[in-house]
Amino acid sequence: MVPLWMYLMVAAGLFSIGLYGVLARRNAIAILMSIELMLNAVNINLVAFWRYQAPLALNGQAFAAFVFVVAAAEAAVGLALIITIYRRRQSVIAEDVDLLKW
Amino acid sequence: MDITVESIVFLIFGVLTLGSALLVVTTRNLFHGALYLMASLFGVAGLFVLLAAPFLAGVQVVVYIGAIAILIIFAIMLTPQVTAMRSVRTAQWPVAVAVAVIFFALLVSVVTPLMDELGVDDFAADFTQENPPDVPADSLVRLGEQLVDPQQFMLPFEVASVLLMAALIGAVLLVWPEGTRSTPPGEAGDD
Repeated sequence: MVPLWMYLMVAAGLFSIGLYGVLARRNAIAILMSIELMLNAVNINLVAFWRYQAPLALNGQAFAAFVFVVAAAEAAVGLALIITIYRRRQSVIAEDVDLLKW
Repeated sequence: MDITVESIVFLIFGVLTLGSALLVVTTRNLFHGALYLMASLFGVAGLFVLLAAPFLAGVQVVVYIGAIAILIIFAIMLTPQVTAMRSVRTAQWPVAVAVAVIFFALLVSVVTPLMDELGVDDFAADFTQENPPDVPADSLVRLGEQLVDPQQFMLPFEVASVLLMAALIGAVLLVWPEGTRSTPPGEAGDD
């Protein structure tokens, strides 16, 4: 099989790309998409470690399934927030929503 | 490592995942970005298949590509880009590149066998293994049983369902039309 560290490299790259997107993108929906990429990187790590380190226990897969649930909830609420902000301010640019910035 | 069919498939899905992810964070057109996100998520599903987790690969396709990506596309279409003239990146994007590259270098330095060969540390000792034991054939059955076993994951499972319910109600409440928030849906048109 492919050695474990190659999967970890793919996950590390995916997480770093998502990190760049969260820090650098203006559009709130693009930021949310980058967060999905980061969550997927975490899932690759969970499943890869399960496969290589503890394939007889299934905790890694169960953990990854819970990450799916949290990701779905996060996407639903996050997009609802973005649509509400768009209705009020006609903008989805994260920098325009700076009421709590000082 | 020998060049096997598996390593070639791994390479294809890895490149698909990372290449599409790069396009997601760099493309100007958000709708194209959402389509690249779908391709990237599909690559991750392929990696799950390679890792002997076909159930998670199926859930990945159904939940991520079928639901979350479609939800994102809906949100993109409901929020037209009135500020299309502005840059897609913030002014601090070089800092973001630096942070991402440094973070990636840190992760790679821990994960690859390189550090081990240099004698810097022995973290990487476990990461080079290539032949783990086979996954039991009934692993999917056992996963389902574990999720509803009171000794295992029943409490997190129930909490997850409550979380989904709360997210559902919260999302509906957030996008409720202005001014009708205090009245039930049936009476919203009366005032």
